[in-house]
Amino acid sequence: MDQVATAHHPEAEHAQEHGANQHPITIYLWIWGLLFVFSGFSYMVDYFQLQGMLRWSLIIFFMLIKASFIVGIFMHMAWERLALKIAILAPPLALLVLIGLMAIEGDYTFMTRLASFVH
Amino acid sequence: MNTESGALPGLSGVTADMAADKQAFSVPWGKAMMWIFLLSDTFVFSCFLTSYMNVRISTTDKWPNPSEVFGLNVNGHDIPLLLIAIMTMVLITSSGTMAMAVNYGYRRNRAMTTKLMLATAAFGVMFVSMQAFEWTKLIVHEGVRPWANPMGAAQFGASFFMITGFHGLHVSCGVIYLTIVALRVRSGFYDRKGTYETVEVAGLYWHFVDLVWVFIFAFFYLW
Repeated sequence: MDQVATAHHPEAEHAQEHGANQHPITIYLWIWGLLFVFSGFSYMVDYFQLQGMLRWSLIIFFMLIKASFIVGIFMHMAWERLALKIAILAPPLALLVLIGLMAIEGDYTFMTRLASFVH
Repeated sequence: MNTESGALPGLSGVTADMAADKQAFSVPWGKAMMWIFLLSDTFVFSCFLTSYMNVRISTTDKWPNPSEVFGLNVNGHDIPLLLIAIMTMVLITSSGTMAMAVNYGYRRNRAMTTKLMLATAAFGVMFVSMQAFEWTKLIVHEGVRPWANPMGAAQFGASFFMITGFHGLHVSCGVIYLTIVALRVRSGFYDRKGTYETVEVAGLYWHFVDLVWVFIFAFFYLW
């Protein structure tokens, strides 16, 4: 709808050369608002002192939603070519291995410490 | 198979491939390089957050409750994480103005692009100032040190100063970067150059700073 509106705007003439880079401003205002809302939700998780699995899953859920809005819309990743998407978004998955290993290692260190110096 | 196309074998082939004028992605090279830089930065921040996870799992002391540590007392009411919530909103707002600056850049609207970029930089300054306030409160009034703190596990200080410090450094660098690009926009540099891609590339950096904060907010402040 706004795409049509901007097409008649004088500034939009230049924009035509950059077809893929041109979106109506409203989409950014929407994402901006949604980021506010979801940040508010994550803050509420703490404000109401939710605990345990519910707290952790909500924190991660809101975090991933916000991260996808930022990367997808603000950073224009949603409109990039698949080759660039894969080149940038796939490598960080390797970090899951590091996180897994360090979690196991942390548990081991914790157990060792309990056994050694907590009496 | 493809012998006539100049695909050399061996080491000279490596040199030819690496030095050849090729384009892997159909995007301006500045954008591709910024993405690759941000990818490497992702690994840096992930290492910090992973090491924080590791020390938090392995400590036998109680981890200080971030909700209380970062709470503010307003008119006699303790509000948890208030400053952090405001900082989050400021950074999100700066990301919003930056996204619009990129949009106006592609419309060749010099005045609006300059204004929005300078607004973004101003929000960045606001964020760093609040962070300086937070650090001062923690160091001076609450006695948090990288090696110890009165609230619990000693690793809290080290993780906090390293993670938020490195993020704050990124925000500060971003403010300088955005200001330089904004002044160039105002001077008509990109009109003469014929493209506003640099604004988008600067925007990628700034959104990344916001993105990292989303993860820090979730894992360090809320967890």
